[in-house]
Amino acid sequence: MADYIYLIPLLPLIGFLLLFATLGKLPKALVAVVGVGSVASSAVLVLLTSVEFLTLREPLSNTLYTWINVGGFSPLVSFYVDGLTLTMLSVITGVGLLIHIYSSLFMLDDKDYSRFFSYMNLFVSAMLVLVLADNLLLLFVGWEGVGLCSYLLVGFWHEDSANGAAARKAFIVTRVGDTAMAIGMFLLFVHLGTLDFAPMTAAAISQWPEGSPTLTIACLLLLGGAVGKSAQLPLQIWLPDAMAGPTPVSALIHAATMVTAGVYLIARTHEIFLLSPFALNTVATVGAATLLMAAFTAITQHDIKRILAYSTISQIGYMFLALGVGAWASSIFHLMTHAFFKALLFLAAGAVIYSLHHEHNIFKMGGLRKKLPVAFWSFLIGSAALAALPFTSGFYSKDAILLAAYENAWQGPLLWAIGLLGALLTSIYSFRLVFIVFFGEVKTEPSQPAGWLMAAPLLVLCLLALVGGFIVIPVMDVFPAATGPAHDGLIAIITPAVPIIGVAIAYLIFLSHSVDISTWTNSKMGKTLNRFWFSHWAMDWFYDTFIVKPYAWMANVNRMDIVDWCYNFTADVIRLLHELTIQSQTGQLRTYAGVMVLGLATIVAIALFSGGGTAP
Amino acid sequence: MNEAVVIPMEHGLLLAAILFLIGLLGVLVRRNIILILMSLEIMLNACGLAFIVAGAHWGIADGQIMFMLILSIAAAEVSVGLGLLLQVHRRFGSLDIDQASRMRG
Repeated sequence: MADYIYLIPLLPLIGFLLLFATLGKLPKALVAVVGVGSVASSAVLVLLTSVEFLTLREPLSNTLYTWINVGGFSPLVSFYVDGLTLTMLSVITGVGLLIHIYSSLFMLDDKDYSRFFSYMNLFVSAMLVLVLADNLLLLFVGWEGVGLCSYLLVGFWHEDSANGAAARKAFIVTRVGDTAMAIGMFLLFVHLGTLDFAPMTAAAISQWPEGSPTLTIACLLLLGGAVGKSAQLPLQIWLPDAMAGPTPVSALIHAATMVTAGVYLIARTHEIFLLSPFALNTVATVGAATLLMAAFTAITQHDIKRILAYSTISQIGYMFLALGVGAWASSIFHLMTHAFFKALLFLAAGAVIYSLHHEHNIFKMGGLRKKLPVAFWSFLIGSAALAALPFTSGFYSKDAILLAAYENAWQGPLLWAIGLLGALLTSIYSFRLVFIVFFGEVKTEPSQPAGWLMAAPLLVLCLLALVGGFIVIPVMDVFPAATGPAHDGLIAIITPAVPIIGVAIAYLIFLSHSVDISTWTNSKMGKTLNRFWFSHWAMDWFYDTFIVKPYAWMANVNRMDIVDWCYNFTADVIRLLHELTIQSQTGQLRTYAGVMVLGLATIVAIALFSGGGTAP
Repeated sequence: MNEAVVIPMEHGLLLAAILFLIGLLGVLVRRNIILILMSLEIMLNACGLAFIVAGAHWGIADGQIMFMLILSIAAAEVSVGLGLLLQVHRRFGSLDIDQASRMRG
């Protein structure tokens, strides 16, 4: 029936093994066939699974074997497909396939073409395991797998040591979150005795009253893992640096799939989170704070990819906000539409960068509207969806989130206002990008326009970003039904109007230049604020000063390793004794004889004079 | 019995001790292996003398039996010692015991 589900993650894994084992000796055309083909076949299998799921209307599962069996702990290697998983599967294989097709041209000139595709395939495989797993432990395997691939791909151009540093930063910062998540898993296992999602949830509901401290701690630890992976406050600092990787990597891993794993984790364990209002409020607070911080930062950036990175952080903030206010389906919906339009934006940015010989600074671009029409229209549609202009995909998802936030019992209007301010900033920074890069005078002449292999995925994603809002995701059976939306007439009008105001502001400032903000930005306060936002609220400075530097100082002090020194001390004492006693070994027979006599005489003398001699 | 003939045990033991010390001194001072072996023989015989003196004093035969034993041990020791002596001479080209000091330190 559903026995083929295991093939979905297995095929990309085989692709990885093939490309990895041949060590880049395959011709590039064959590499592309293997790399893209493995993901394409997975996508076909996902399509088959969707058909089966939508006809049967019940979750599918596929148990392979018992992974470990020790002392009542027996996690299975077992895959489970419900509406939530299916949505994720479609996004991963669908967007993943488009990005793989795009990269087959984008990376063509790279000498490590095969290595790139092997890592990408491994990533897709790990990500599929993550969403297919029916227990937390198997999910964690995929979770760490995508972390590894993120590290490998951020540092893909490792000849430049700055890229290596960015990769290490991404790896170490997410590891902090993963440690919290692992501890959370241990806590859940100790108290509930299982890590399988369904029994675990049932046990949690029967065992813990609402708001029990242990439960809240477990939820917060899981949230720790989620904020690390999804680049939320306070662990969001790694994502902008992760832009050091190739652009398709940023599109696939750092926009569409991996960074949304945290959202998926909380959505998957939402029944446990529902038992702890405090944890849910924390999720909402984290989301709201992050989305606002990242939006302010995005406005001041001038690297095209960093603007998109901060916008990703901000949009995932919206997803967390939605999770926190219990709008589970809206969160997953936004996850999907975000995957469409952000992958589109990244790939379009990649096309611009490709044509401008790796130019990232938006102020050195301009007037590209006529020269790169495909990139322009992609960017325009992507930005419209990102800004949530009416009738684009982002509009439906963001609107649902903001309305749900307003209805929330805890601080609803405040969360709504923050989200609304974020939406205003989003539309300003996304259209600032469009106006600066594609309008105005030409500053750098583009060359080598992207081929059809790069244009085709852009067109498909354009379509998805436009009409993705009409897709109905099959998650009604997974999440509790939302309470009847009884929004205020005024709220329902203000919410969609704000992005349009933002676009108008961006137009006035950055295109028609009819509003001059230079006097303000050149004032002392404007400059300070600009620098503060540009450095992402001095987060990097904070971590550098309070964690990295003290740690480096301690490492420097402990250069000789104090613990090691204790062991070395023992060895040194023994060596010293050895040096002393070695002097007695002269090799002179007569000396030995003399010493023997002396010793014997001493013993006899002691025996005689101690009075112990009791001769018969 | 004529008492003047009896030698006091102390005299015998003193003689044995003097002999032993002469032998020991020879072992410690001499470098020639042959002379060391000879000194060892003197030490062994000093021991034998002490046994016989003690046996005579108490009038039992054990002292003489022990001397027999010492004699045979001495014979064995000399044969082994002479064998080693030949090897030392072959290896080092001399009979100087101080030459055979490679196992120091």
